[in-house]
Amino acid sequence: MKEHATKAAAFIKDEARTDWHDESLWFVRSRRDKAAHGIPEWEQLRELASQIKDHTLSHLDEYLEAFEAKAIENGVTVHWAADAAAHNRIVHGILQEHNARRIVKSKSMLTEECGLNEYLEAQGIEVVDTDLGERIIQLKEEPPSHIVMPAIHLKKEEVGELFHQKLQTRKGATDPQYLTEAARQHLRQSFLEADAAITGVNFAIAETGGVVVCTNEGNADMGTHLAPLQIHCMGIEKILPKAEHLGVFTRLLARSATGQPSTIFTSHHHKAKDGGAMHIVIVDNGRTTQLGRPDFRNSLKCIRCGACMNTCPIYRRSGGHSYDSTVPGPIGSILTPGIDLKKYSGLPFASTLCGSCSDVCPVKIDIHEQLYKWRQIIAEEGLLPTAKKQSMVMAGKVLSRPGWYKAAGKSARWVTRWLPRPLIYTPLNTWGKARELPEAPKESFQEWYRKNRSAS
Amino acid sequence: MSKAHIIKAIQAVRPDPCPLPVVPDFEAGDRPVREVFGSVAAQSGSRVVRAEDFVGLATAVRTIYHKEIKIATPLRAIQSDIDLQQASPADLNGIDVAVLPAQLGVAENGAVWVTEADCVHRVLPFITQHLVLVLPEDRIVRNMHEAYAQIKIDDTGFGVFIAGPSKTADIEQSLVIGAQGARSLTIILT
Ligand code: SF4
Repeated sequence: MKEHATKAAAFIKDEARTDWHDESLWFVRSRRDKAAHGIPEWEQLRELASQIKDHTLSHLDEYLEAFEAKAIENGVTVHWAADAAAHNRIVHGILQEHNARRIVKSKSMLTEECGLNEYLEAQGIEVVDTDLGERIIQLKEEPPSHIVMPAIHLKKEEVGELFHQKLQTRKGATDPQYLTEAARQHLRQSFLEADAAITGVNFAIAETGGVVVCTNEGNADMGTHLAPLQIHCMGIEKILPKAEHLGVFTRLLARSATGQPSTIFTSHHHKAKDGGAMHIVIVDNGRTTQLGRPDFRNSLKCIRCGACMNTCPIYRRSGGHSYDSTVPGPIGSILTPGIDLKKYSGLPFASTLCGSCSDVCPVKIDIHEQLYKWRQIIAEEGLLPTAKKQSMVMAGKVLSRPGWYKAAGKSARWVTRWLPRPLIYTPLNTWGKARELPEAPKESFQEWYRKNRSAS
Repeated sequence: MSKAHIIKAIQAVRPDPCPLPVVPDFEAGDRPVREVFGSVAAQSGSRVVRAEDFVGLATAVRTIYHKEIKIATPLRAIQSDIDLQQASPADLNGIDVAVLPAQLGVAENGAVWVTEADCVHRVLPFITQHLVLVLPEDRIVRNMHEAYAQIKIDDTGFGVFIAGPSKTADIEQSLVIGAQGARSLTIILT
């Protein structure tokens, strides 16, 4: 795999586009701030959400079993999948049983993580993603670059050209209203013809055995209520104990995600429609392993709001694709190393550790601290990216010898002051890429302190 | 098989028990809930009107939308252009306006609770071009905590909070109203 830094370097080559991407996300982040500040008990809600999740994770087996029992009582068929392959097999099995060939799917990071679309397509089953952003990237044959706004990296001109080719819209048309209308007409046909609908799950309620799905477009509902078969796929960590806890989480989710006071549709599914069938697939796929890591289990509290991405200075300037992981950004950088440490060893370094992610996280995950802990593990296991390894070894030597440290400081101050630019910003200086060195002070702190102390 | 496997894996590693916190009663603001509901709903693109400003519900709907619209409703006060009991879900694709009774409104986010029992067909509030919800004014609560305390989410097989017309901002963050669901939402307070 190419390093995050390499892919990010490719992304920022287009400076205007980088700025545009950065600003789009910052705009969403500002809306989140406004929405959060409108709720006097915001910080209390975050604390409650965090504690409810802690409690649930510490009784996860009991809640999952209670959930299953209640769902079965409601007439729902419940399946358990240990990993992605089992999940895909189970979903395919349900579809076969119902003779379903045309599937509409609403946004689900879990099915993305499991590679469900590719799996089903290889079996000759047609899958149409129905969230507008997801449909765009599906037509473009790209993965999502953000968990809430999957096509945030694309410009309207690109969407216009894509729709012109795939949906026969007017050549050169770029008006979002017009393009959305074209997608609406196109998707409506898919909804009416679908044999089955697949959705992700935002929350699953142990007390009632039901699942809650949140969307703005209404696409999950168009799918589940029209198709005779509905399948909901959820990770084991989606459980909440009781309906009353939805009060806390629905207040946090949309405000954190987009700054809206609520998602437009918060749908509660408990039983199949008349004459229909409802299935729920509960998936582990590495989550129990993460639960077993005390330093990292907090990451399972994530409600996938995307706020940590929108605020992250690295994500905003490197784009979601540079992470090469289903969930990108800060939370992706602590989740994915848990799945494949070797492959994703670069991700915990895709951060300035500024902590902004932890500040906005509605369930108070200590994201930046976990990033730091992953770095230590990666260093211990000898998986450091080469450039980092060399500079770290050097830094370690210098920092452990006061004499070297003083000398190094002196020469660095001299170098940045007097050396010509091309010599400092050589290709060897990876730090200097896209960064400007601060002007070096004439004297070191030690020198300044000595002088000023004796003067006073 | 998989189930036993997953449950065992959880039991092997699950954290020490953490207590379940009690959600307190948060302090109420000064503004009346009806007023907050109206302004928040309007910000989300909903139209909020009062039934008493019109002569009957039917006139309200036909005044707000066009006269020649095709209406679907289980309400007796309005003539339905389609027999909802007989119709199949796909028949509802040509409906212009669905008028449905609603159970509860939430001031803090302008959301309205609608259940399967209210809409006859689950898909009706989504597949219709425009949606009208009829909500008793005294059924507006402050926030989502109060809302969940008042409803039973599993009373029927399906229930939904609807907080505005269907929308998307997936193309360059430009807000477009009318994505896959209803293009407009009118809430008539009775
Ligand atoms: S880690 Fe927190 S901020 Fe990031 S997506 Fe998850 S819940 Fe949202």
